[in-house]
Amino acid sequence: MKAHLTRRYRFSASHRLHNESMSPEENLATYGKCNNPYGHGHNYIVEVTVSGQVEPSTGMVCNLVDLDGFVEEQIVNRYDHMNLNTVDEFQKLVPTTENLCVEIFHRLQKGFRPAKVERVRIEETMMNSFEYAGGGELAH
Amino acid sequence: MIYLTRRVEFYASHYYNNPEFSAEENRRIFGKCNNPHGHGHNYILEVTVRGEIDSRSGFVMDLKQLKEIMNREVVDALDHRHLNKEVPEFAHQIPTSENIAIAIWKRLTPKLKLAQLHRVRLYETADLFVDFYGEA
Repeated sequence: MKAHLTRRYRFSASHRLHNESMSPEENLATYGKCNNPYGHGHNYIVEVTVSGQVEPSTGMVCNLVDLDGFVEEQIVNRYDHMNLNTVDEFQKLVPTTENLCVEIFHRLQKGFRPAKVERVRIEETMMNSFEYAGGGELAH
Repeated sequence: MIYLTRRVEFYASHYYNNPEFSAEENRRIFGKCNNPHGHGHNYILEVTVRGEIDSRSGFVMDLKQLKEIMNREVVDALDHRHLNKEVPEFAHQIPTSENIAIAIWKRLTPKLKLAQLHRVRLYETADLFVDFYGEA
């Protein structure tokens, strides 16, 4: 039987939305308050969904210890209490939560072996969230 | 096609142990969940059904009927129970959230006549949930 398992993780980080190839006016028009040169921050919540067959001997899609360990090491430790604009992948990419979502999905998909990474969903605030499932439509 | 979701809570205890593993293996694989005295959760179950809207009633299915089925088939059987010791599905199967979601699907699906079961989502905690769509 195939099941989907979702786990929520948290990290806090700052960012500034700014594109070097736009004029200051265009940046301000595009990003509004998010273009503040000093940046601002969020408590991000990242939902990671993995899927796979439920292993009969354990009753699990994958061991949560493995998933927690991987996400903590690869995602939470990488971004928690960081200024996202200073992280390698956002040197040439605006750290919108859309881009962060795609980046986290690819990092997980590339490195996590025990189950299939289906989807990453990020809540930037209680009022907005972003989902990425590898570019195709969401499976369900 | 429209989707309708109903939510219900139940409270239960469980522990994880596979008698085919050694005591050390059980502790290593299941960690704190292997405590033989068990531990508990406030489970939140979301049941999603899908179907066409009946033109006379405006319903996919009567919500009251869905609530009664969920209470009878799931809550009455699992609420305030020790899942390993009191629920037949888990006499020989580990009551992980994955297996509980599958067991709930199997309990509900034959009882639904008008609407089709789409998804069983079971929250073990606010930060952990399992979805089962009836896939083999």
